[in-house]
Amino acid sequence: MNQFTVDDLKEILRSSAGDTEEADLDGDIGGVSFDELGYDSLALLEVCRQVETRYGVELSGDAVAEMPTPAEAVEYINDVLAKARI
Amino acid sequence: MGRSDTSSRPVVTGMGVLAPTGIGLEAHWQAVLDGKSGIGTITRFDPASYPVRLAGQVPGFSAGDHLPERLQKQTDHWTHLGLAATGAALEDAGVRTGELDEYEMAVVTASSSGGTEFGQHEMERLYLKGPAWVGAYQSIAWFYAASTGQISIRHGMRGSCGVVCAEQAGGLEALGQARRLLRSGSRLVVSGGTDGSLCPYGLVAQMANGRLSTVANPHRAYLPFDADASGYLPGEGGAILIVESAAGAADRGAGPGYGTIAGHAAGFDPPPGSARPPALRATIERALADAGILPSDVDVVFADAAGVPEDDLAEARAIAEVFGPRAVPVTAPKALTGRLYGGGAALDVATALLAIRDGVIPHTAGTTRPRADYEIDLVLQEPREARVRHALVLARGYGGFCGALVLARPEPA
Repeated sequence: MNQFTVDDLKEILRSSAGDTEEADLDGDIGGVSFDELGYDSLALLEVCRQVETRYGVELSGDAVAEMPTPAEAVEYINDVLAKARI
Repeated sequence: MGRSDTSSRPVVTGMGVLAPTGIGLEAHWQAVLDGKSGIGTITRFDPASYPVRLAGQVPGFSAGDHLPERLQKQTDHWTHLGLAATGAALEDAGVRTGELDEYEMAVVTASSSGGTEFGQHEMERLYLKGPAWVGAYQSIAWFYAASTGQISIRHGMRGSCGVVCAEQAGGLEALGQARRLLRSGSRLVVSGGTDGSLCPYGLVAQMANGRLSTVANPHRAYLPFDADASGYLPGEGGAILIVESAAGAADRGAGPGYGTIAGHAAGFDPPPGSARPPALRATIERALADAGILPSDVDVVFADAAGVPEDDLAEARAIAEVFGPRAVPVTAPKALTGRLYGGGAALDVATALLAIRDGVIPHTAGTTRPRADYEIDLVLQEPREARVRHALVLARGYGGFCGALVLARPEPA
């Protein structure tokens, strides 16, 4: 349960930061840096905030630094969700 | 005192207007000349339970027509208006930003309310759900400098950036600051301003000064200098102006532009109860001296036109004292839009430059019975043809701000 996917991430980005003009979010973006995708640290802060309220978890203050790409963000967030279930 | 070399004055080369009178410079100007009001019942929220239910709203504005989705979501309505007006102004000026030094392009806008509509939405989440539900973009969307910052980022302008918060006087102070920057190394300044605070939080904040009209008839609610004046109505929108150094404009072949900024002065009123007079008269005199002209060189005054009897009286007195009784045409096209706060004086400057261009002074629509003890020649009923050499724009901001700006005909290119 509560597996966080790249699609969840895309949905949050689209609804909060807005769609990007720099890239096609529906393409293979897992390894592309958020910077290249046109999302800044504020967009990632908003992603963290939404993950916190949706899943009832708390992310550390430097979580943004752990997620330079969508793939790494998904991995980091799933890690947090897994620890929260223990 | 005055700068005798008029050829070095800053030049207004482009203007972008989004106002209750229309989207686009010419649509606005036509509505002003036709006396077509943009005042109506507030539609951005249901105002039924508020004592003030009328405002000037930009007709048919959709942020999606002007901005990419990301900018729309991350910024307030007032910034949407500012960004759209900036795009129009740069296009009007024919500026290709990529060909200019990014550090020589500056941005100084006026803002009175900041992003209140965006802020209200986030505050609702705060008190209904808690701090964790407040979106990250609140941090950059609400504050007064947001429009300036987003304009700077979007157009790659890395010169001096700032925002002036002086309520309705802000638009003139922004242009005064633009002139300072052009004298100290900038070649182009995006200036003017917008406001857009027609949400419950914004409206209630504006009502607190007790000067908003509660008259229900949209044609009778805001009547500057009229015997039935009952206060003013708020409005949204404004104007963004591209101001360039004379040398910079000539260098890129910008042409003569709409006109030049010939003089500017800012003042601040003494505290309530003081025996000293309001600052407006002295501010007008300093602006004329700064321009190096006499009162008789001014062909029209765009009044602040508060619509509050004691403020109208004070302004009429200041004008009559400087120019003589009924000696200069006075007008207030803002009766068609309401007071736009950070956008108001900038819109008046745009309208004044069009009056210079077309040799016509727009009338003050709505006002039919100007008070006899106001010794001003208020242009009423229809526009008046006149060669306009200099236009004086006045603005006062709640709390004591006041400004005066002298505009002159364009210099031959």
